[in-house]
Amino acid sequence: MSMEAGDSRALFQGADWEFGTIQRAYDAVERVALGELGLNVYMNQIEVISTEQMLDAYSSIGMPLFYKHWSFGKQFARNEALYRAGMQGLAYEIVINSNPCISYIMEENTATMQTLVIAHAAFGHNHFFKNNYLFRQWTDANGILEYLDFAKSYVASCEERYGELAVEHLLDAAHALMNHGVHRYPRKRPADLASEERRERERRQHEERIYNDLWRTLPAKSAGREDNSVDERRRALLQLPQENILYFLEKTAPRLQPWQREILRIVRQIAQYFYPQSQTKLMNEGCATFTHYRIMNRLHEQGYLGDGAMMEFLHSHTNVVFQPTFDDRRYSGINPYALGFAMMQDIARTCTNPDDEDRAWFPDIAGNGDAMGTLRDIWTDYRDESFILQFLSPRLIRHFRLFGVVDDVNQPTMRVDAIHDERGYRRIRQALARQYDVAWLAPDIQIVDVNLAGDRRLILHHRALNRVLLEENDVRLVLQHLADLWGYDVLLKEIDPASDAVLKEHAASPRGNLLRPGN
Amino acid sequence: MHIVDRRLNPGGKSLANRQRFMRRAKSLIRKAVHESSASRSIKDADKGGEITLPIHGVHEPTLRRGGSGGMREYLLPGNKEYAEGDRISRPQGGAGGRGSEGSPEGDGQDDFRFALTQEEFVDLFLEDLELPDLAKRRVADTENLSWNRAGYSVSGSPANLALMRTVRNSLSRRIALKRPKTSEIERLTEELEALEADDEQPLADRAVRISALREEIDRATRRANLIPYIDPLDVRYKRFEAKPKPMAQAVMFCLMDVSGSMTEHMKDLAKRFYILLYIFLKRRYKHVDVVFIRHTHQAQEVDEDTFFYSPETGGTVVSTALDEMLRVVSERYRPEDWNIYGAQASDGDNTSSDNDRTASLLTRAILPICQYYAYLEVGREGESFPPGFVRRESDLWQTYSLVVRSGAPLAMRKVNHRRDIYPVFRDLFAKKVPAGAEASH
Repeated sequence: MSMEAGDSRALFQGADWEFGTIQRAYDAVERVALGELGLNVYMNQIEVISTEQMLDAYSSIGMPLFYKHWSFGKQFARNEALYRAGMQGLAYEIVINSNPCISYIMEENTATMQTLVIAHAAFGHNHFFKNNYLFRQWTDANGILEYLDFAKSYVASCEERYGELAVEHLLDAAHALMNHGVHRYPRKRPADLASEERRERERRQHEERIYNDLWRTLPAKSAGREDNSVDERRRALLQLPQENILYFLEKTAPRLQPWQREILRIVRQIAQYFYPQSQTKLMNEGCATFTHYRIMNRLHEQGYLGDGAMMEFLHSHTNVVFQPTFDDRRYSGINPYALGFAMMQDIARTCTNPDDEDRAWFPDIAGNGDAMGTLRDIWTDYRDESFILQFLSPRLIRHFRLFGVVDDVNQPTMRVDAIHDERGYRRIRQALARQYDVAWLAPDIQIVDVNLAGDRRLILHHRALNRVLLEENDVRLVLQHLADLWGYDVLLKEIDPASDAVLKEHAASPRGNLLRPGN
Repeated sequence: MHIVDRRLNPGGKSLANRQRFMRRAKSLIRKAVHESSASRSIKDADKGGEITLPIHGVHEPTLRRGGSGGMREYLLPGNKEYAEGDRISRPQGGAGGRGSEGSPEGDGQDDFRFALTQEEFVDLFLEDLELPDLAKRRVADTENLSWNRAGYSVSGSPANLALMRTVRNSLSRRIALKRPKTSEIERLTEELEALEADDEQPLADRAVRISALREEIDRATRRANLIPYIDPLDVRYKRFEAKPKPMAQAVMFCLMDVSGSMTEHMKDLAKRFYILLYIFLKRRYKHVDVVFIRHTHQAQEVDEDTFFYSPETGGTVVSTALDEMLRVVSERYRPEDWNIYGAQASDGDNTSSDNDRTASLLTRAILPICQYYAYLEVGREGESFPPGFVRRESDLWQTYSLVVRSGAPLAMRKVNHRRDIYPVFRDLFAKKVPAGAEASH
C-alpha cells in the first residue's frame, strides 16, 4: 500500500461525525480489541443521546429505565443546576452491564472522542463486565433490563393501587437500608422441588427403617433443659445473625404486605446488581483506560487516526488520568482512572520488560512475555482489594509518593505511618487495599436477635471498627425507617469489637401507620 | 453492533421524578419561594428562578461512619517532606488529611440549589388559591355557546346548503342511472338536422336513419326528464353543533380613592394587592384586561402610571367610581362576554351623604355583574390600638358591612402592613370546602 493510500486510511477528518463514521471507527476498534488484545465482549449496542438525556440517565444511576422516586428528581435538579452553571461537565459516556452491552455516547462529542468512547466503554468496560468473576457471580446481564422494566411497572402499579405516599415511604426506608441489602457471600442454592421431594421420601424411609416401638416407652425429656437451645434454635431458624437487613425484613418482618415485601426485594436486587461495581471501580476503570490507550495508539500506528486526532486524544487521556497531590485544591481522593491505568501499564511492563525489583516482587509474572494474557487473567479473577494487595508495585508507590497517616483521636497529632521506602511498601499496599475493601469501608451492622415471643424488639449490633461510631443524625433517621418496616421497636448497639463493650445505643419505635396505604 | 439514535426520543424522562421531588420538598420550597419573592421587586413576582433549599430537608440518610472520633487511617498521594514517624497537626476544615476516607455520597454539601420554572414558581406562590365557589358557579352558568361545523345533514335552512356535497351526490346519481348528457342530445339533434337538410341523398335512404335518430332523441329526452338533474335526495346541508365555550377573558377593575388622605404607603399596599390579583387572574384566563379608575369626589378612568403616581386633591365620593365602572362596563365589557372582577382600595373615607347611594349601586348594579368584588381597606403602617380602645369603623366599612350582611358576594378585609397583603389575599381566595358541596353532587 502506498503512502497516499496510508493517508486515506484515516477514519475521519476533523471533528464532525455521522453514523457512517461511527461504524467505521467501531470496526477499526473492534479489529484491534478482538484481534490484538484478545478481548471477549458482549454484543454492543451504541446509543447516541443528547445532553438532556445524559442528565436523565445520571439521575437514575445511569440505567435507561428505573422506577419513579423523588430522590432521582433531586439528583436531576442538582446535576442540572450544576451543569447549567458550568460547574460540572458531563461524562462522555455511560455504559451498562447488560447483554447486549449498551453504551450511551453524547452527540456533542467529536469524532475522536466517539472513537475513544467506543474503545473505552464498548470494549474496555464491556470485557470487564463479561469476564470478571464478581459480575459473573452476582449479576445477570441478560436479565437486568427486563428486570428493571418489571420493577418500574410493578412500583407504578403499587402506586396506583396503594397510593404514591405509601410507596414513597416504603422506598425511602428501603433506600436508607440499600447498602445493607446485599449478600456479601454466595449462599447455598435452595433445593429445587424435585430434590426436596426426594429428600422427604428418604427421610420417611429412614424413619420407617429405624422404627422401634420401644422408643415410645422412654420417659419424656424435662422441659426446663431446653431454655438455652430455644434461643439458639430461634436464631438459626431466622438465619441470625444476618447482615442483609433488607433480606431479613423481606422474609421475616411480621407486618409487611406482600407488595411491600416485593418492593423491598426489588431494591435489594438492584443493590446486589450494583454491588460488584463498587468493588471493582479501580480495576474496571483501569481496564477500560488501558484498553482505550492501547487501541488508540494502535489505530494511530496503523494510520487510521490522524496526528491531530491523536493529539486531541492524548489531551483528553491526560486529563482523565491526572492525579492531584493531597495538598492540591483539586484533590478529592485517589483517582481510580490514574491508579488503575498506572497499575495496568506497570503490569504490562513487568511482563515484557522487568527489572530486578519486579522479579523479586512479582516472580510469577515478571518477564513472562504475555502482557495481554496476564492482564486478561487479572481482570477475570480479582477485585480492587485483592488486586492492589497483589499487584501494587514499589515503583508505583514511589511514583505516586504514597504515604499513610494514622489519626487516633486519643493522640494530639496525627502520625505518618509509612512512606515510600523499603519499610513502608507492604504497609502502604495493605492500607491502600483496605481503602478499597467494601467490607472494611462499610460499617459492619448485623441483626443479631429478635424476641418473637415477647415484644418483638429487633436488636442490631454495629461492630465499630477502630471505635469509629456511626453518624448520629443519620442513624436516628435510618433506625426510624427500620422500625417502620419492622413494625416494632428497634435497638442498635454500637460495640467495640476489641472489648465487646457497648459504646452507644440507639432505639426507635415505629411511627403509627406510615406504611399502611390509605393513611 | 447496533447504533441507535436516541436523540429524538421524548425527553423529560425525569419529569415525574421532579414532580415527586417538588411534592416531597413542598413545604421547604414554598418557604423558599416566599422568602425569595419578598426580596424581589413586585414586577417580577411571577418570574421563575433559582431558589435554595436547606440540605437537611431533602437528605437521604444512610448508615455510615461519623466524621470524627476513633482511630482512622488515611492513604494519600504526593508526599513531599514527610518521613515515617513524623507528627502532623490535624488540618482545619477537613483539607489534607480528609478525602482518602472519601465521603462516598455527597457528604458535606452546601445548601441545595435548583431552578424553578416560572410556572412552578407561580403555582407555589398561588398554591391552594381558588376562585370563590360563587364565581365558579357563575362561570359555569354564563358559558356562551359557539357553533361548530359538525358534518352534513339532509335537512336544514337554505342558507346552509352544502353546494359541493349536493352536486357531488347528484353527479354520482346521474352517472349511476345513466342519465343522457345534454351534449349527447345536442349532438343527435344536430345530426338529425344535418340529415334532414341534406338533399343530395335519396330521401328513402335517409328516412330510415332519420326515424332511428328521432326515436333515439325522443328516448334520451324522456329519460333526461324522468331523471332530474338535482333530486331532493341529493341535497345536503352543513350541520352545526352548539358547543359550550368557557369564557376565556376577564376584566379587572381597580378602583382606588386617591384623595389627599391616601398616603403613599396606602397606595403601595393597594398596588401590591392589585398585582397579586392580576397574577392570579392571568393564570386562569387567557386574556385579562385591567381598567384603572381613580376617584376623589369625581372619578375617571386613567392609565396605570397616573393611577398610582399622579397626586390629586378633592373630597371623597365613592359612588362616582362605581358609576364610572358601570359606564366602562356598558361601553366595552358586556357581562355576557367578560368575567368581571372588581377590587376596590380605600382608606374608608366617604362623604356620609353618599353612603346610601354607594350601597344601593353596589347591590343593584355592580355585584350582579361581577364574578367577585373585593374591598380592601388600607390603613396606616403600624396603626394599632391599645387593648380597651374600640376602633371606630370607617364609613365605607360600615356601609359595606351592611351589604355583606345581606348575603351579597362581597369580600372585605383590612390591611395595615405590607406583610399582611399576601395572607389577606390567600385568605380571600383560599380553597374553601363548601359545606353543601359534597351533598349536592
